[in-house]
Amino acid sequence: MSAAGARAWSVELYDVLVRQGIRQVAYVPDAGHSDLIERCGANPAMETTVLTTEEEGIALLGGAWLGGDRGILLMQSSGVGNCVNMLSLIENCRMPFVTLITMRGEWGEFNPWQAPMGLATPDVLSRMNVQVHRVEVAKDAAATLDAAISQSYDGMLASAVLLSQRLIGRKDFEAED
Amino acid sequence: MTVNLPLLDRRETVARLLRDRGELLVVSGLGSATYDVAAAGDDPRNFYLWGAMGGTAAMALGLALAQPERPVLAVTGDGDMLMGMGSLATIGAKRPSNLSVVVLDNEVYGETGAQPTAIAHGVDLVRVARGCGLEAPDDIRDMNGVGTLVERIHRSDGPLFANIKIDAREHARVLPARDGAWLRSRFREAVLGLAP
Repeated sequence: MSAAGARAWSVELYDVLVRQGIRQVAYVPDAGHSDLIERCGANPAMETTVLTTEEEGIALLGGAWLGGDRGILLMQSSGVGNCVNMLSLIENCRMPFVTLITMRGEWGEFNPWQAPMGLATPDVLSRMNVQVHRVEVAKDAAATLDAAISQSYDGMLASAVLLSQRLIGRKDFEAED
Repeated sequence: MTVNLPLLDRRETVARLLRDRGELLVVSGLGSATYDVAAAGDDPRNFYLWGAMGGTAAMALGLALAQPERPVLAVTGDGDMLMGMGSLATIGAKRPSNLSVVVLDNEVYGETGAQPTAIAHGVDLVRVARGCGLEAPDDIRDMNGVGTLVERIHRSDGPLFANIKIDAREHARVLPARDGAWLRSRFREAVLGLAP
């Protein structure tokens, strides 16, 4: 699956970010996020920041919120492991935090190196007191993200939305792109 | 060169950085940098990190992007900066002119028994920062250099990076509040006028 064709769920997720007033979008890219990253980057009202590692995004969004901005961290499941200690910032400061995670290591995964963090992602997040919402089918994606943002920024509960690999599509290692 | 001059005192250095601070917003890195910023005088516009090692510069970046009209300063140690070195690349890619990252470089992990950092083995943070596209003067070794740095911080024509060579002497700890939820509410009330 390439970024060429914008998928409906991806457009809906972008609309949720706009409606919820998300201003800072930090990411380590994933193919499943590419359409959303492009849309956010094209919106002059949004600041998109490419990170060198996912934990930077947690600190960055903490600082953003200190300054009055709402933000979101986009990453794939392998990045969750990089975030663990930095999540102590969110818990200690009871800061809002929301992340949208594309899952790897499941549903026909071709690359076994994606499996360990893919399998561990929900548990790792839960252990760090981040509430996990898993989306299996496209029609649930936008409503789930909307709820997660609300409970993060209104309810001060750290939240993660996991987009299943079945939903985003298997990574095709034989494809030209 | 000035290598024979005594190294700077961290408390005097940070007190000079924060004197007449104006609109400056400050994020301090865990350990001695946080104690130094507290010792210079508590202020609701200080956000003291007590953990989250490696995150100081990235946190200041998010704040600088959210508050582009105010100068934002990260003050941290060389250990924290080395752990978060990738964030210099992230800052270089975003180039917020109002962000300054200042490292208090004593070449040791002071909180854990003064084990040497990579700086003691020859790593040069100024060259790293320049490679990432930040404005970065040579290592600062005297108070005149600190004074010039303060002017640059307030000009907001960065992103700016500075590495200040300080002595490794331990000072009495000046401990600010460590309740993060209180610190963030106090900061947002002072800066944004928002109730908790």
